[in-house]
Amino acid sequence: MTVTTIDKDTEALTLTLVADFAAPVDAVWELWADPRKLERWWGPPTYPATFVEHDLTPGALVTYFMTSPEGNKHYGWWRIGTVDAPHGLTIEDGFGDADGNPLTDKTGQLRMRLFEHDGGTRMELHDQFPSLEQMEEMLEMGMEEGLRQAVGQMDGLL
Amino acid sequence: MVVDQLTEAEIDRVFHALADATRRDLLRRAADGELSVSRLADGYDMSFAAVQKHVAVLGRAGLVTKARHGREQLVRTDPVAVARARRALDALEATWRERLGRMADQLDTPNTQGDPR
Repeated sequence: MTVTTIDKDTEALTLTLVADFAAPVDAVWELWADPRKLERWWGPPTYPATFVEHDLTPGALVTYFMTSPEGNKHYGWWRIGTVDAPHGLTIEDGFGDADGNPLTDKTGQLRMRLFEHDGGTRMELHDQFPSLEQMEEMLEMGMEEGLRQAVGQMDGLL
Repeated sequence: MVVDQLTEAEIDRVFHALADATRRDLLRRAADGELSVSRLADGYDMSFAAVQKHVAVLGRAGLVTKARHGREQLVRTDPVAVARARRALDALEATWRERLGRMADQLDTPNTQGDPR
């Protein structure tokens, strides 16, 4: 896997990235389309994501929660916009309660496109947040883990 | 106040932005409150487009933020907000880099379900 570009816009609160995988488009699509595969990469190992409802059809509501190391559950939801299997997906996302009811009226947008490139797959991703507050809140999920991993890596180097 | 560590390139952009009298003046005026680009442009004997370019240089240096308000672009001197946004985006980048790594790990995992033949 190679991250080709990452662009960050502090005004629009967007992150755009391009990454190349040495795998066919169908295999990369399955990482999004199969909830059990999705769970293995969406959240960090000690802040894992569990997808409760998962259906990639336009208008469908996908619900998930992330479990903190202390056992607290943080619920989130996706509202599926457009689906062009296995090449593209648009998602509206936000925080929710256990029933998938949105907790905020502001939502983010995630756009993902896959296409064949150099015998593998190129993934283009556009992640937009509605507000700085929501972005910081989302990032708190898994941040501890990021720090822990960084410390763990330091230990490995010492 | 916590200030992010700036890279060499970011420091260059800040000093370049501050090395111009008009831009320093724009910073002072925008610090008093949110002003539209056209209101800011009123104070100078130069074109709206020229002022807009100066504002863009300040924006790239992270010294002002721009917000759309109706049809107007409001300019505000707000390094803290920009630093917060940058820090959040840096964390988001780290999150996505970790996710991409795990995605690649999944793709390398042999199919343990077995082939359905």
